[in-house]
Amino acid sequence: MAELTLTPNLDHPDDFYAALIATHDGLSDDQSAALNARLILILANQIGDTEVLTAALQAAAKAPEGATA
Amino acid sequence: MIHDRYQLAFKLYPYERSADQDAETPVRHPVVIMGGGPIGVATALDLGLQGIPVVVLDDHEGIGMGSRAICFAKRCLEIADRYGCGQPMLDKGVVWNLGKVFHDDRKVFEFNLLPEQGHKFPAFINLQQPYFERFLVERVREAQAAGAPIELRGKNRVDNVTTHDDHVTLEITTPDGPYTIEADWLIGCDGASSPLRGMMGLDFEGRVFEDSFLIADIKMVNDDFPTERWFWFEPYFKSGASTLLHKQPDGVWRVDFQIGWDVDRKKELQEENVRARLDAMLGDVEYEIVWTSIYTFQCRRMKQFRHGRVLFAGDAAHQVSPFGARGANSGMQDVDNLGWKLGMVIEGRAPESLLDSYNAERVHGADENILNSTRSTDFITPKSKVSHMFRNAVLDLAEQYEFARPLVNSGRLSVPCVYDGGPLNGPDTLTGGPTRTRVGSPCPDAPLGAGFLLDHLGGAFTLLTIDAEAPDALEESGVPITRLALSASDDASGGLAERYLGMATSGVYLIRPDQHVAARWDGFDETATRGALRRAIGLE
Repeated sequence: MAELTLTPNLDHPDDFYAALIATHDGLSDDQSAALNARLILILANQIGDTEVLTAALQAAAKAPEGATA
Repeated sequence: MIHDRYQLAFKLYPYERSADQDAETPVRHPVVIMGGGPIGVATALDLGLQGIPVVVLDDHEGIGMGSRAICFAKRCLEIADRYGCGQPMLDKGVVWNLGKVFHDDRKVFEFNLLPEQGHKFPAFINLQQPYFERFLVERVREAQAAGAPIELRGKNRVDNVTTHDDHVTLEITTPDGPYTIEADWLIGCDGASSPLRGMMGLDFEGRVFEDSFLIADIKMVNDDFPTERWFWFEPYFKSGASTLLHKQPDGVWRVDFQIGWDVDRKKELQEENVRARLDAMLGDVEYEIVWTSIYTFQCRRMKQFRHGRVLFAGDAAHQVSPFGARGANSGMQDVDNLGWKLGMVIEGRAPESLLDSYNAERVHGADENILNSTRSTDFITPKSKVSHMFRNAVLDLAEQYEFARPLVNSGRLSVPCVYDGGPLNGPDTLTGGPTRTRVGSPCPDAPLGAGFLLDHLGGAFTLLTIDAEAPDALEESGVPITRLALSASDDASGGLAERYLGMATSGVYLIRPDQHVAARWDGFDETATRGALRRAIGLE
């Protein structure tokens, strides 16, 4: 059974982050939100496994104590 | 007249009239360096210790006030050590390993630099820049006394340069009036705003970041903060959009507030305003302000670092944001790269084209530093609502989940540049050899007897053999290669074998005068060694 990976797994974290931010360059806030939604759905399809996706949804919903957002 | 543009921390090269000023015709020098800052003086040391006459011109008589560059990386210390001034830096510097990252009032995570054992120098020391510069100048004085042909000329301002095919003419102003000299080679180490770059009308391309940072160096009366690097994103005390706290020698702390672009510099630098920010951060703590400054920064470089007989090094050639300590540290790598090449060209042992490899290798280094420091800047100072949202999402996740921590970027600390794909690189055929010592890499240190491996490398070409046979000395195209014969068993800790053999049982390395690997093999092959040497000096 697959498990949600919460340890580092990106082979080039800085490259990915820079590419992610660059993809949003020049977009309005609404366009950015829409892009993020599409991206999440693409990545979810890549993962496929319901249990992993459920665990990911729960991990994302759990904001740290005192965090603003 | 020559007016001081800044106050001096140390007056180290007072104006003295030079015989050149009374010469009938302009005196020709092999090398003239513009700028008596750390990069200019280090370049003079490298060349002077090779016996090459060098004149350094600076429009001041010493070192400017202010701590400025405070973080010196291992590679920079190793280079300084090759020039004979690594030890005083280490003795004076503060060693740190632990960093903590905060968001608002919460600790996101902490990191330990976890320095590898068996190196002469630590991963980083913190040291005020004026001390670094003073140790370099003191080393110049010592070298001069031993006969090194180095001249430091204070209050010598270069007002004009004319470039020719085989030399450069410099018009200089002094307190005694103007004079003219010529140089076979001119090196521009004249800093971020490089007057030389301006005089030659050369490009300087890249990004200017619209943000200002306020530095306050302070001494606390009751100082019980640990020797750690503390970085806040959006700190609860609201003294800046980000804040850095870092320890320096003499009980001084560097506090660095990100205060935004549209600020009234003069007002922000008034003591009561600096204190308001510090008080909010430190609470009920008594402190003395040692130095304050406001700076902005740019991430950009010259297209080419070589323009015929003129070469640029350090901030004059490239600038980065301060995140990651990649300014002075990369400037010292420029010096390390340029010194031996220019030395060999001047002595007629290598073709002039060898200097084009300085451009290729150090442009590669500058691009790496600019990329890393630009990314850190984009993370620390997000430019859009969505990038700010992602940044804070990374911080929130990093607090709970390990996976997000590699994405947190409060500065990717300076590591030495590997000249992958460089024009001087020879064969890399050591089967099972470690990646970290691949061709183009700077040699990592390792314990050796009572000392260290790097004490035995550099300054000339070395053939390092580990459990391999080879002649003790070779000469190719007039360049001597000296063998350093070692065995894996020379280092009981296993560091030498781990760093230089990996899975291999023997290895042969051709090492450049700047301690970078030129080529490596399983065993000694004379034809291959000679070929690699010719390639490393630009003959092939």
